[in-house]
Amino acid sequence: MSTASFTAPKRAGSNTAGTRKALRNHRIAEAFAAWSLACPAFILLVVLFFLPVFAVFAIALTDWQFGASSLSFVGFANFKEVFADEGFRASFVNTILYVAIVVPGTILLGLAIALLIEAGRSFRAFYRAIHFLPFMATLTAMAIAWEALLHPTIGLVNQTLVGLGLPTANWLRDENTVLPVLAVIGIWQNLGYAMVLFLAGLKSIPQDLYDAADIDGADLWLDRLRTVTLPMLGPVTMFVFIVVALKAFETFDTVQILTQGGPGHASETLLFTLYRESFQYLRTGYGASVAVVFLFIVVALTLIQARVMDKRVHYQ
Amino acid sequence: MSTLRLDPLSAIFRHAVLLITGALILIPFVWMVSLSIKPPGEIFRASFSFWPEQFYGIENYTKALTEVPLSQYMLNGVFVCAMIVVLQILVCAPAAYALAKLDFPGKNLLFALVLIALLLPHEVLALPLFILGYQLGILNTYAALIFPYVVSPFGIFLFRQFFKTIPDDVIHAARLDGLSELSIVWKIMVPMALPAIIAFGIFSVVSHWNSLFWPLIAVRDQALMPPPLGIMAFKNEEAGNDYGPLMAAATLVVAPLIIAFLSAQRWFVEGLTGGAVK
Amino acid sequence: MAEISIRSIRKSFGATSVLKDVSLEIADGEFLTLLGPSGCGKSTLLRILAGLEVQTGGSLAIGDHVVDGVRPKRRDVAMVFQSYALYPHMTVAQNMALPLRMRRLSSWQRLPVVGRFLLGTTAVGAEIEKDVMRTAKALGIGHLLARKPGQLSGGQRQRVAVGRAMVRQPAVFLMDEPLSNLDAKLRVQMRAEIKELHQRLGVTFVYVTHDQSEAMTMSDRVAVMLDGELLQVAPPQEIYADPDDLRVAEFIGSPKINILEATLRSDGLADAAGTSFTIAAGLAPGSTLSLGIRPEAFHLVDASKDNVLTGSVRLVEHMGSDLYVHFDVPGADHPLVARLLAERAPHIDPGQTLHLGVKPERLLLFAVDGRRLRPDGNTKAKVLQIKERV
Repeated sequence: MSTASFTAPKRAGSNTAGTRKALRNHRIAEAFAAWSLACPAFILLVVLFFLPVFAVFAIALTDWQFGASSLSFVGFANFKEVFADEGFRASFVNTILYVAIVVPGTILLGLAIALLIEAGRSFRAFYRAIHFLPFMATLTAMAIAWEALLHPTIGLVNQTLVGLGLPTANWLRDENTVLPVLAVIGIWQNLGYAMVLFLAGLKSIPQDLYDAADIDGADLWLDRLRTVTLPMLGPVTMFVFIVVALKAFETFDTVQILTQGGPGHASETLLFTLYRESFQYLRTGYGASVAVVFLFIVVALTLIQARVMDKRVHYQ
Repeated sequence: MSTLRLDPLSAIFRHAVLLITGALILIPFVWMVSLSIKPPGEIFRASFSFWPEQFYGIENYTKALTEVPLSQYMLNGVFVCAMIVVLQILVCAPAAYALAKLDFPGKNLLFALVLIALLLPHEVLALPLFILGYQLGILNTYAALIFPYVVSPFGIFLFRQFFKTIPDDVIHAARLDGLSELSIVWKIMVPMALPAIIAFGIFSVVSHWNSLFWPLIAVRDQALMPPPLGIMAFKNEEAGNDYGPLMAAATLVVAPLIIAFLSAQRWFVEGLTGGAVK
Repeated sequence: MAEISIRSIRKSFGATSVLKDVSLEIADGEFLTLLGPSGCGKSTLLRILAGLEVQTGGSLAIGDHVVDGVRPKRRDVAMVFQSYALYPHMTVAQNMALPLRMRRLSSWQRLPVVGRFLLGTTAVGAEIEKDVMRTAKALGIGHLLARKPGQLSGGQRQRVAVGRAMVRQPAVFLMDEPLSNLDAKLRVQMRAEIKELHQRLGVTFVYVTHDQSEAMTMSDRVAVMLDGELLQVAPPQEIYADPDDLRVAEFIGSPKINILEATLRSDGLADAAGTSFTIAAGLAPGSTLSLGIRPEAFHLVDASKDNVLTGSVRLVEHMGSDLYVHFDVPGADHPLVARLLAERAPHIDPGQTLHLGVKPERLLLFAVDGRRLRPDGNTKAKVLQIKERV
């Protein structure tokens, strides 16, 4: 269907009615074409995103059980149950702690490595590749490698510590160490991603600013960092913060493979709780409530990011 | 950072630090490969050495490939990821074109829906999607692994951004030449936006190849398992006894993406961070 | 004193040689322009002066001090960049204060929160504010101090960049094509302002541009560069009227100078484009040379004779007060351009045959290798003669 998008200029006294009709037909044709193209996507968005979202809210607000044929509205009863549950509270706190360790750790390491890589000209691609590998590697498989590393007797970590005369621990089975250790794995996996984003940010800083700083007298590395590099990286850092936080909130693979939330609830995280309650215990009301809590956190983070990005864009 | 002057001392410092961090980062990989070529006796005897005294690689890898249908898992991964990407592009490109270049009632509403959908993580939707799959009777099939991802709000968003940069005149010329709107999408927009399409493709493949959560819910048959799920199943069976073959299986699962990444670094980095920094 | 001494500076990037043995003496307080097309090495030379690049060979002295390898901040130079390079996250006041803060406050005093409590910081800070305010007012941007660069127009940003350089009262001002990002009208206005600034400050200015009109109107001397070489350094008028090299003659002057290939006959005459010209080149008969004729050196004559070119008109451009006549002559592969005063010229049509004469003393002679051939070294006298006539 041809939709030529120019119309003859209107002249006073010309066939206005005819022109108007042509214009309207043209617009209808364009709308029809657009909706035909967008239809599959639209339907799928509704069916795969929006209906499910409403369904989650609906399930959370009713007593529906999987397989049941009837349901009734119970208001916030499910949520009350969830928040009163010790297991959920532990899971929630764990997740916050996990994020609180992973996000700063990832950002600091990612930034430091990016700065070091960008500071010299040699072997940049090489160093970038090495540090990015963990992000590419299937976490499920690498978790198994980590388990071997962290094995209490034959694992490399404890072997090294014994060799250095330092105390060891049963890293994945000790409730005091399990969460930090999972956080370390999280940092290991994500720092490559942060690094790459910072590298892109560093590349976009114009050389001119560094030259001006040189001439102005800010030529030591610390001065350059404070005067040019860090301020110019502001927006990127905010972005990395949110993205890494989101990934950290969504951590699941390592918990599922390595600890199953244990010992006790020590390494249980929100997404794992969601999975277990919804699909293993089939406590659908509970699971849906956890899903709603999770959704709020994710949406809040993403909206904060959008707002902050808007405000702090540095004009060139 | 300026690359103008890096005195020898700083250069050495830089290399030293980066080599140390690089080595630390690679330890899990190295250890995994090392265990995959050691016999059980050596694995359970604490030692630092990478290379085994007795090379057991062949046995471990053979066991990994025969005890579990590892190649089946890999094929599943390839099939599922390929189908997802193809369907995503088929669905998202036309919609992105409409949003980018056409004017129609409900355009803003549609774009708002895309933006909102961007906010929704799949894990939250897992339960209803599971129910949907159950109702459609497609659970425990390839379709179950594929259907939730057929439309990608991120894909629509990314393509739209890119399509917007294509000059309108090209489209006008195409229309005058008699192309239909659908042809314009496939013959003009997609070829001109190929870098974005490829970047998105890589992003999609990587995230779906590595995903565990949804496959865990959606399929039960070993024959359908994608690699992460298959590895998990293997581990659960082994219960920590047969580390060698387990490590071998893990290595085999991780290897394809790593090799692909190393051969086309630029593409992967672009794809995984592409829309991000803009 | 801030005279600059550039001795045999060479610069290569890998295998590419960007500056080839450039030597130049710049007097204290002089306004010197480095003029040349893009890629000629002028910006590189400026950056070497600033200390942002290190030369591959040769030596550089500012004032009495040799500054080879000395960092920019110790050279007492200030620079205005083509892109202005203002710190986008700082206000105008902070941008202008930064060089002063770097110099007058120690690193401890500059620490974000703690520094303020150290002794002396507040006093120095107040002084810096005063200096910034004074400079800003002098440039007419005093009311913009609280704004960020993103909120300023191009012209305002340019002034802030100048202000940031001025506030330090450096010995040398370096400017790298500072006007190229401005629109034409603003450019003309800023040219005058920069010239005034130079006169007011009395400091050495080194200015880089590819625009001849900027170079000609603003400079005490112009240094013409091409392909990494310094072709000629002289006051603007001399560069125009008395070029040392064919390339200089072709670069300066709009419309471009007309060049004819000529062969010397034995009797002090050279044949070119179907005519004979009287010249005194001091070369052997039979040798080839180039004749350069500025468009304004032509005058209309009635008939063809020695020192008169005959050609057919291709195009006439009416510029109000002047006429530019493009005409073809035998043996030349592109048309020549003559500039005639509109009120004295008759009506000229395309296709018409014209006789255009040149006075022999206004011919510029160049050897085959581009070197200028001056008859008997009467260089200065010739320039004076032309001045009298005009």
